[in-house]
Amino acid sequence: MKEEKYYQQLKGIVKPYLPEDISVDDISPDSHFINELNINSANLVDIVLDVEDAFEITLENDDMDEMQTVNDAMAIINKKRSSKEQ
Amino acid sequence: MEINKILEKLPYSKQFLFVDSLSNIDENGVTGSFHFCEDLEFYKGHFKQFPVTPGVILTECCAQIGLVCLGIFLLSEEPDSNLDNLTVAFSGSEMEFYLPVYPGETVFVHSEKDYFRFNKLKCKVKMYNTSKELVCKGELAGMIKNSANGR
Repeated sequence: MKEEKYYQQLKGIVKPYLPEDISVDDISPDSHFINELNINSANLVDIVLDVEDAFEITLENDDMDEMQTVNDAMAIINKKRSSKEQ
Repeated sequence: MEINKILEKLPYSKQFLFVDSLSNIDENGVTGSFHFCEDLEFYKGHFKQFPVTPGVILTECCAQIGLVCLGIFLLSEEPDSNLDNLTVAFSGSEMEFYLPVYPGETVFVHSEKDYFRFNKLKCKVKMYNTSKELVCKGELAGMIKNSANGR
């Protein structure tokens, strides 16, 4: 499944930005980047820039505002990828 | 945005203001200078009987010129910009130091924008002394926004 592949890819992108006390296995679709995964806002920008490169998409300020959880990120990636592939 | 307006917006005051003037600023970078007065407080303790400007202060000087001044300029260029509630946060630095800066020296900082996205500014910075020798260089990043915009 494409979505599962994207999810694993996203986890790989997030992994280097996780603090030491949080492992990649702690990531679930509902995880809140800032409140649960303890990623700061500066690193969240780095994650977005890495997502843009990996999925060849561009995020706008509104997307960034909406991107609170892993699920939010997946929704944005799926939406942008599918409009790109049409 | 005019240079004097940018300086007015800086959220620092004497004893921790490390920007005197900017000679050039545009969307790609900034150049500015600072004179380290001999009466700055930290010279009393760094080091005992041998005042040298601490590396963290050189980094701070690079960040105030290279990130904060440039960040204010870049924010001011955005549509509907409002700089009344400016919030800045230093998020990362990787610096290397080559020469000491003694009390009474003037330094020049050049900063080149790497990116400014989603309120995060990342720059490559270099600091020179009056003999045009490289004092330190590195990469700095920070967040800058008008806090009235929310997050």
